[in-house]
Amino acid sequence: MDLIRIKIDGRDVEVPAGTTVLEAAEQAGIHIPRLCHDPELSRFGACRLCVVEIEGMRNLPASCVTAVASGMVVWTESPPVTEARKTILELLMANHPQDCLTCEKMGDCRLADYCYRYGVKEIPYKGKTHAYGVEEDNPFIVRDADKCILCGKCVRACAEITGKDNLDFAYRGFDTKVATFGDSPLLESDCVFCGSCVAVCPTGALMEKQMQGRARRYELKRVKTTCPFCGTGCNFELCVKEGKIMGVTTKSGGAVNGRSLCIKGRFGWDFVYSEKRLDTPYIKKNGKMEPATWDEALNVIAGRLGEIKQKYGPGAFAALSSARCTNEENYLVQKLVRVVMGTNNVDHCART
Amino acid sequence: MFLIGTNTTEAHPVAGYKMRKAARRGAKLIVADPRRIELAEEADHWLRIQPGTDIPLLNGLMHIIIKEGLHNQSFIEERTENFEALRETVEKYTPDYVSRLTGVPVEDLYTVARLYATTDRAMLFYTLGITEHICGTNNVMSVANLAMLTGHLGRPGTGVNPIRGQNNVQGACDMGALPNVYTGYQKVTDPASRAKFEKAWGVPLPGEAGLMIPEMFEAAHHGELKAMYILGENPVLTDPDSNHIRAGLEKLEFLVVQELFMTETAEYADVVLPAASFAETDGTFTNTERRVQRVRQAIDPLPGMANWQSIMALGDRMGYPMNYRSAEEIFNEMASLTPSYAGISYARIEDKGLQWPCPSADHPGTPYLHASSFTRGKGLFQSIDHIPPAELPDREYPFLLSTGRILYHYNVTTPYSAGIQSIWSKEFAEVNPYDAERLGVESGDRVMVASRRGELTTRIGVTDRVPPGMIWMSFHYKDSPTNALTSNAVDPVTKTGEYKVCAVKMQKVAGE
Repeated sequence: MDLIRIKIDGRDVEVPAGTTVLEAAEQAGIHIPRLCHDPELSRFGACRLCVVEIEGMRNLPASCVTAVASGMVVWTESPPVTEARKTILELLMANHPQDCLTCEKMGDCRLADYCYRYGVKEIPYKGKTHAYGVEEDNPFIVRDADKCILCGKCVRACAEITGKDNLDFAYRGFDTKVATFGDSPLLESDCVFCGSCVAVCPTGALMEKQMQGRARRYELKRVKTTCPFCGTGCNFELCVKEGKIMGVTTKSGGAVNGRSLCIKGRFGWDFVYSEKRLDTPYIKKNGKMEPATWDEALNVIAGRLGEIKQKYGPGAFAALSSARCTNEENYLVQKLVRVVMGTNNVDHCART
Repeated sequence: MFLIGTNTTEAHPVAGYKMRKAARRGAKLIVADPRRIELAEEADHWLRIQPGTDIPLLNGLMHIIIKEGLHNQSFIEERTENFEALRETVEKYTPDYVSRLTGVPVEDLYTVARLYATTDRAMLFYTLGITEHICGTNNVMSVANLAMLTGHLGRPGTGVNPIRGQNNVQGACDMGALPNVYTGYQKVTDPASRAKFEKAWGVPLPGEAGLMIPEMFEAAHHGELKAMYILGENPVLTDPDSNHIRAGLEKLEFLVVQELFMTETAEYADVVLPAASFAETDGTFTNTERRVQRVRQAIDPLPGMANWQSIMALGDRMGYPMNYRSAEEIFNEMASLTPSYAGISYARIEDKGLQWPCPSADHPGTPYLHASSFTRGKGLFQSIDHIPPAELPDREYPFLLSTGRILYHYNVTTPYSAGIQSIWSKEFAEVNPYDAERLGVESGDRVMVASRRGELTTRIGVTDRVPPGMIWMSFHYKDSPTNALTSNAVDPVTKTGEYKVCAVKMQKVAGE
């Protein structure tokens, strides 16, 4: 493959032909701000925040859609670039609610990050603002179109990751918004609530309902684990605050799923806190289930199984292990059955 | 991609999304399914086969491939045996005959056979649409025949790919939670394997294979099986012909169930132990591509103990103390006894997981199998003939019932998710508009569905996803326990129930 040599912020960089300036900078360890660009989605070039100065070019091109050319000299943080970025951010903020103090996305908001980086304090532009209101009539996704900056990542995630094509831009000009077919609520649309749109949203426009009002993003301990539904084996992070799960988030990379999940993985974890969960052993006495301690229950089991083995032999016992449980649990069950009960009568639902 | 008997976007959504993406990027997609599933709409070729006619379809495709000389002669010569027997068997599966049995137009058979055979890299995918038949084993072998005939095996982007249903069904098998093998499929009947485990575990072990699930319930019926311990399974809701299962459980002298919830099965128990969920334990799951990945404890176990701790405690009481201090120690012991896992450790799978076989600590894992030889050496073609389902519609029970999973639910845990249950809390059996009109029912109406084994009421959704004459139901709901209806016929080898085909009748129920 042809290698192309360019200079970024005074550094020599060599990348394959077809690489964008933004990707080349990334390889050189230079992070160019971006709102609409995402390495896992198609190139869009909408937000213009990634503009850079390229010597010999008249305007400031968007680096996410500009391919490298031999001998390019690129400046990613020159005064014209930072001035342009500040103006772009001011224009975005002119039509963005400033309720950051109570915004769910606080601490994890790309728009806020870049406003901070470029010192956007006052908004010099005053004009019409949107007042769409918040859609929260489904249990999974909260949509606040007022906070949408039209970066189009949710549209592309829905089309390109999940393939549902359930979202697109509707209306024109100032009235442009991301909408489902017929601009209906998600519940009445073809939405499968995979939440990939939420995973890519850079602002507070799309949020997990389960986390609303319960934790700041920076308070969360993120525990990477593997999904307990189906055999695909997606990875996600359980977000924990004060010993309780608040929600599930996903990260790029990873071998199986990246940020993609389905409704079960992203939103189905709350079965863990079902009030129907058993938290203590039960022993049936006179046909009724009575709560018991672990000690009592284990003693009854050990006693009865011992008697039955004694009386009828090992073949009178069988165990079902579980395709839902971990390898370690399954290993122990089959070991217990074979070693303690002395039988190979152990199976699970592999064939059913 | 050739999908047969897998509704991937609903049962394995993220894998399904990737298939859809590949199809849109130009990969050809063939879907064989009686239902117009999502990927059928995405497919280049959708073969709407009659339920239970997978073998005729596959034999028919092989018939065309051989007749047209599109089979991979060098692969057949170098890697397989018994080709002549296959050729003889598929000889009678002419396109006309196959079209009559399966309902697939003759032209489609030709197109698909040529496409699959002449594509450089083609992947076959199947799930329970193939296995949950009385001829499930034969179905699987037919799929393998087709892949071997065309040499679509042992290279990246090829192969026979069964997508495993449960999160850790692969792992549970790998761990030897099966009546005939220890970990890594080491046979209990093999004296050398047995000696190895006897030495490691310090006790003599039984040498004959144990009972499979349906045999267990049979034995319970006959009073031979007296006690059971059931961890994290709910056979009353999920196994076929549930009335038979209930009767078996009732006959037991002693039943222990360890579960997250008081399930239908747990109600039969003498002692119920609370189980910890995936979020409350350390450990590993092995996914459908044999990738061993970490499960990490995020919160304290609600019952006070992780499951590995409670199982260990039980061993203790029964006179076999096990002194693991962590899940990792259990994994390490298992790996030391299991050649295919020997090179895997928690440290190595911290980030990405590893695919077995991984025999040593410096082995990179194995992304695809059968690169240069099969497990038995040469691939053995099997001569397989059509076996119709055990129970087909007749005058009294005129509809064919087929079952499966829907996107919003996963067997029996998701009904305990408040969010999911608030929206998808009821069964909506799929009924074709033609049948709905004849029965005078509309979407949302309640119907009584009955088979020779049981009956239930359910709401219906009228849709042409199903063909006329077929009803389709999921099995997630207590109020419409579909497996009260399903057939008790099983595959003779695997004892897998024929969930995909049975005969039922249906009539409207008045009122709400």
